[in-house]
Amino acid sequence: MAASLDRHEIFTTLRILAKDPLAVMGTLIAVAFIGTTAAVALFGNFITPYDPNHADLNLIFLPISSKHIMGTDFLGRDIFSRVLVAAPIDAQIAFTIVGVSAFVGILLGSAAGYFGGKIDETIMRVTDMFLAFPTLVLAVAVAVALGPGVGHLIEANLVVWWPVYARMARAGSLSLRETQFVEAARAAGLSSVAVIRKHILPNNISPILVYATLDIGNAILYTSVLSYLGLGAQPPQAEWGRLVFDGQVYLTRAWWVPLMPGLVILLVALGFCLLGDALRDALDPRYRR
Amino acid sequence: MVVNESHKGLIIFIAKRVALLALVLLGVSVITFTVSRVAVPDPTRAWAGPRASQSTIDALIAKFHLHEPIYVQFYYYVVGILHGDWGSDPSTGQPVLESILLYLPATIELTTAALLVVIAVGIPLGVAAATHRNKLQDHVSRVTALTGVASPPFVVALLLQLVFFYYLHVFPDSGGRISPLIQAPARVTGFLILDSILAGNLVALTSALQHIIMPAIALGFLNLGLMSRLVRASMLDSLASDYVRTAKAKGVTKLVVTYKHAFRNALIQPVTVLSVYVAYMLGGSVVIESIFDWPGLGYFAAQSIFNFDLPAVMGVTLIFAIGVVVVNLAADILYAILDPRIRLG
Repeated sequence: MAASLDRHEIFTTLRILAKDPLAVMGTLIAVAFIGTTAAVALFGNFITPYDPNHADLNLIFLPISSKHIMGTDFLGRDIFSRVLVAAPIDAQIAFTIVGVSAFVGILLGSAAGYFGGKIDETIMRVTDMFLAFPTLVLAVAVAVALGPGVGHLIEANLVVWWPVYARMARAGSLSLRETQFVEAARAAGLSSVAVIRKHILPNNISPILVYATLDIGNAILYTSVLSYLGLGAQPPQAEWGRLVFDGQVYLTRAWWVPLMPGLVILLVALGFCLLGDALRDALDPRYRR
Repeated sequence: MVVNESHKGLIIFIAKRVALLALVLLGVSVITFTVSRVAVPDPTRAWAGPRASQSTIDALIAKFHLHEPIYVQFYYYVVGILHGDWGSDPSTGQPVLESILLYLPATIELTTAALLVVIAVGIPLGVAAATHRNKLQDHVSRVTALTGVASPPFVVALLLQLVFFYYLHVFPDSGGRISPLIQAPARVTGFLILDSILAGNLVALTSALQHIIMPAIALGFLNLGLMSRLVRASMLDSLASDYVRTAKAKGVTKLVVTYKHAFRNALIQPVTVLSVYVAYMLGGSVVIESIFDWPGLGYFAAQSIFNFDLPAVMGVTLIFAIGVVVVNLAADILYAILDPRIRLG
């Protein structure tokens, strides 16, 4: 395992990714998602083709057309515009969940693997307990206990999300502990904290970063399921899972009302999955040639 | 029967695992306790309902020992759970454990059916991907797996409903476990398919099977990815192993090498992560069961979420965790029987 990514490494990785059509597709989707989020966050409703909250009863249940590329809903609102304005909230939730969990997990896992012994035992037994639950169900339980709302939804997800990262970081840290450069650093008199910070963490990060990319898709899925169940953003605020829930009674009358936002969730999650999958292969020296 | 060394090892292994199970369950109850009592802003309101009178709340404080230190409260919480007191619905007073036992068989039935879908489709998909690496079969398997993993459960369920109920009329559109026009067999085991067979009721059996197909496909599709990817990976490993090379060198045909030598060994690992599939499926069941009106624990949980009925949600969480832990134990034991090397660890 070489040290952190240098420039040559990055170019090689990018070249491998560019040759894989699925990776290119994943990248495009991820970039589009992040771009939309940034654009909507900066310019709000100005960039959507229609006012996302403008109801017009003459326009209800219009099918997909060049004017309304995802059709209109039960109040005649343009679905595409509503999907666009909901992007930032989903992005904010997903990136917070993955970012904070990865941070906490890497710190705890690196410490557990490096120190071993009782610290390791304690941290790993705690992760065992969390991993015994179906993640989604525990997140739902915490969200119900805390009450609805975006902040609570994030907290509920964080409770169940970090153990996987702790496990991964521990595994990496365990094998790094035995390497010669770590031994050399210790022999040179570096404190444990310094060894972890300078040598364990940087080397632990790249596999976890790959997993985190894939995990953004997961986080978007979980968020949409929780808000579908009524535990996320509350009514006036558009949110992807909620759009599906509100539209599903019209499934047989106008399928695009629930399914278009649903397919957008699928597409974005799939994009991050493809990107993560390809990134893993590209960074793995065994698949390089 | 003389107990030989190998049996002794297995018995010790199982005893250790059961002891570990008790520990994990204790940990699980620490988490459910924390969520249901400590994380809640106002536990008495959550457990008694918003319109509860002061006397009800006082009774609850006494019952939960809320004025005592936290570890005493935890002791009473565990004792309560062991005695079957899992709380009750704040609005109706219905005990949670009673509801759970009522809904449990439907969930076990659906999870089993979905597991069959995963096995029946996931294994061939994984084998085809491994034997045709980087060819069309591999790409199809990869895209199917990733789509399943990336699909929100409600999208799969709604799409299936739209296509098969509404456009093709292939499956009954009533939802639920059986057509409302049919007299359901008497509840013996609670498993409708089993009960229909026991009663010799062919009409009910047909209807029950028709009703389970769609939700089982939906739940199975979401979890196909893990199985097919694992089968592919372990199949690639065993195809590259020495014994397969030896068999090939001996002149064994490709078909026999693939299915007799490589396939059997490649199956051990994917099957032993059974508890992982079960955990995913129980999570997905909350959405799938409520869309298909399938009266199982997921449906019950979804209803309870909409009512913000915390005792019921906590009860379902606890029973699901117990289910995962027990399936995990079963898988570990199965693994140890299949592969004696494991017990050394």
